[in-house]
Amino acid sequence: MGRGFFGHKGWGKQGRGLGLGLGRRRRGQGAGHGAALCTACPIGNSLNEAAPGTTCRILRLMGCGPVRQRLLDLGIRPCREVTVVRNAPLNDPIELRVGDSFIVLRRREAAQIEVEHV
Amino acid sequence: MSETRLVALAGQQNAGKSTLFNLLTGLTQHIANYPGVTVEKKSGWYSDGGRSVEVVDLPGCYSLTSYSPEERVARAFLLDEAPDVVVNVLDASNLRRGLPLTFQLLEMGIPVIVALNMMDVAEGRGLQIDLAALEKRLCVPVIPVVGRKGQGGDALRRAIAEARDTRPATLNYGALEPAVQELQALLADQPALKVYSARWLAVKLLEDDSEAARLLSERVENPHPILDRAHRLRAAIPGEDTAADKIATARDMLAADIVGTCITATRAGHVPMSERIDRFLLNRWLAPVFLVATIWAIYQLSIVQGYELTKVTWPILAGIRNIAAGLLPDAGFLVDPQIRSLGLWLVDSANTLLNYVPIFLILFALIAILEDSGYMARIAFILDRILNRFGLHGQSTLPFILAGVFAGGCAVPGVMATKGIPDHRARLATILTVPFMNCLAKIPLYTLLLNIYFPEAKGLMLFYLSTITVIAALLVSKLLTTTLLSRHETAPFVMELPNYHLPTVKGVLRRSVDRTWLYIKKVGTVVVAIAVVIYVLLQFPGVPADREVAYQARAETAIARFYDALDGNPNTAAVPDQAALIDLINVHTAYKAARLNAGGRDAAMAIDARLAEEHPQFAPFVLRSRVAADKEAAAALRDLAGERTTLRREMREDKIESSFLGMVGRGLEPVTRFADFDWKINVALLASFAARESSVATLGVLFDQEDGQNQTLEDRMGAAQGAEGRTALSAVALMLFFALYPPCLATVIMVRVQTESYLWMGFSIVFPTILGLAVASTVFSLGSALNLTGLQAMTAVYLAGLAALLIVALPKPWMRLPARAPVAEDSP
Repeated sequence: MGRGFFGHKGWGKQGRGLGLGLGRRRRGQGAGHGAALCTACPIGNSLNEAAPGTTCRILRLMGCGPVRQRLLDLGIRPCREVTVVRNAPLNDPIELRVGDSFIVLRRREAAQIEVEHV
Repeated sequence: MSETRLVALAGQQNAGKSTLFNLLTGLTQHIANYPGVTVEKKSGWYSDGGRSVEVVDLPGCYSLTSYSPEERVARAFLLDEAPDVVVNVLDASNLRRGLPLTFQLLEMGIPVIVALNMMDVAEGRGLQIDLAALEKRLCVPVIPVVGRKGQGGDALRRAIAEARDTRPATLNYGALEPAVQELQALLADQPALKVYSARWLAVKLLEDDSEAARLLSERVENPHPILDRAHRLRAAIPGEDTAADKIATARDMLAADIVGTCITATRAGHVPMSERIDRFLLNRWLAPVFLVATIWAIYQLSIVQGYELTKVTWPILAGIRNIAAGLLPDAGFLVDPQIRSLGLWLVDSANTLLNYVPIFLILFALIAILEDSGYMARIAFILDRILNRFGLHGQSTLPFILAGVFAGGCAVPGVMATKGIPDHRARLATILTVPFMNCLAKIPLYTLLLNIYFPEAKGLMLFYLSTITVIAALLVSKLLTTTLLSRHETAPFVMELPNYHLPTVKGVLRRSVDRTWLYIKKVGTVVVAIAVVIYVLLQFPGVPADREVAYQARAETAIARFYDALDGNPNTAAVPDQAALIDLINVHTAYKAARLNAGGRDAAMAIDARLAEEHPQFAPFVLRSRVAADKEAAAALRDLAGERTTLRREMREDKIESSFLGMVGRGLEPVTRFADFDWKINVALLASFAARESSVATLGVLFDQEDGQNQTLEDRMGAAQGAEGRTALSAVALMLFFALYPPCLATVIMVRVQTESYLWMGFSIVFPTILGLAVASTVFSLGSALNLTGLQAMTAVYLAGLAALLIVALPKPWMRLPARAPVAEDSP
């Protein structure tokens, strides 16, 4: 197990399925220059690797479309600090604390958030 | 003045919008769907100083993008219906996350009132909110309310009455501001766009919002210069962040700034109560225990106790049937008037459905408690990992529980409960697999067959049957999501864990009654309509004339025997002719039905007394007596009634056999032969499409014997089936088919309602039929070839299903390796 395993979840088979879904929604919107981010991997650490109890600062959000918008809506945006509260009993999803909100997200999504530890 | 004010309630999920909506409108509510989507539209009214105010509860949304149906619906409403005022419900204890939506509403140019809800929670957290400062920063009225305790409703109504156009504060987008202003100026020059706020549209175009672009293309003759300009402005933004990111960041920064100046946290660093509860409830080891305990409690309270409750309510329904039987034209000796049969058939169909009302009331109340308390979101969090493996969603748990994960539920509320699943693909997969669960109505057939064929291994077989449906549902869901549904929209699993709240009695009761009523209304009407169709298919073209004559002759013999037995008996005077005799028989039947339904000795005595009073001449035939002549009369009537029942049963069987449905059943025999279903079982299965319960009832009619008065259906069916060379293996095939059988009519209607598509409705019928038939045929054919016993075959099927499940669920290292390499390279 470990990060390689979950890393796959973000970029392997299921990630492609997500891309197809987005393709449908984005029809007629033009490629947009954010498109490059949709397929990019985080260069540094991803939130997926942060152990429960650690606090990180968000550097970049990968991914695009609804995922990105939802993350932004919930206050997960660059420069903010988030704390990993706990893993689900089966290790996925994870729970974060952002300000006064408690937010859960799958590791697949967490792997698309580049963070630095503080 | 009778002018109506239109008020929209907007806010995020968990901000307490619904409680506030109830507080404002009281009991005058109307729930419908927005056209084309399955998003619920709730509207209500109240009158304020002679003025009527319509309140529309918009779906909960975090912002007003076009990414989710909820947000699209909310936005379309705000744009198209142009409400007089928007009440923005904010959670006072988490203002920072709520304010970005407020900014977007303000930008749209609609008068906004901020209802600051959950003031008590904020106070409990030690947050001091400077309302005056907040009002000043936002330039809109801010009304503190506590929706759950009903505080602040009057102040809010007053604010709504006084609301008028104000010049709202505009948000400064910093580096993006020049771009926004340029677009805004371009848009303001377009007369066709006067109704929309130019600034709002400018921001949306910069965000690359597809709906905004569409709006522009529809309204403006030549939108390309503006769209091009927007595209160029977007492309000119330096750095990696898109305009949408920058806009979201600007909103968040302003929210943080406002929170910083208006709120003083007196207990900073304090761990919230909800988090402290979660340390137990979401603990790695305790979470599964609590979850299982919760599910068990739901099952116990709603299904088991609710079933007990139906024993109390059933006599009421049976009473209604007896009243209907009394009102309808009287029964004939052999053939009843058509209107009587149809009337009773309809009452029976409706009763079958209404019988579940107590279960639903309890079930829906418990679910409302789960939802309002905030535990539902935690269930999704705990189970998402497993369900996600099969293409489902954490929130698919509830529909499966409702539909009867353990045997005993109903797919109708199950399908209804899929409403909350945000992921479209997972939602469809859930809708299509929920009917596989064992609903309450599948149980009678299982019990019947298990009693006949597996009297020793009943427990094990029930365990197999109740868990194999879950295995099948998960496998089918995986199959569908990777094939047919793979192109459907998915949504990320990113969700907020709401704070724990104590649900209010009023809120829970209201939701439970509302949902049950919705079920009765939506399903009841359709089921009754289809019941008529099935009735016609079963009744016509009727018994062939020659056989009808034969039945008539036998009836006349029976009547003659009756008069022979009564020869010389003084009671004969009561039945001088045929008409009187039919009267007597009907009185006898009604009396027996009333006695069966009567609870307790006193009620039974009252029925006896009433009969003696109303029909004194028939009393000797019907009531118990010590007089020899009366005993003789009663015995003669008993024989006649018995003979009549037999004749009528035979005729009914004959009628079903020669009916349209019977023909179809026979016509299907070549196909169902491989699963060892004969025409009788085919008819029972076809009839059970209207309501599952009827499968056993139809079998009861079909497996009747002339002298079958005292034999149970188990014995009769066992004997008849045994004579035809049927074994436990056939029963296994039948039960497997029944487990995978298409959803009943009510569920199918619900599938139609929830998917908004006849295509999926059709699919939900055809696919399980083919699957069920394939499985049943394979099991029967292979089982016969290998000479397996029923139990062996069932065990083999179960193990095969389990193996398939594990193969799908377990991680596959060989498929993971190629994908892993680039990740490993990238990480330092």
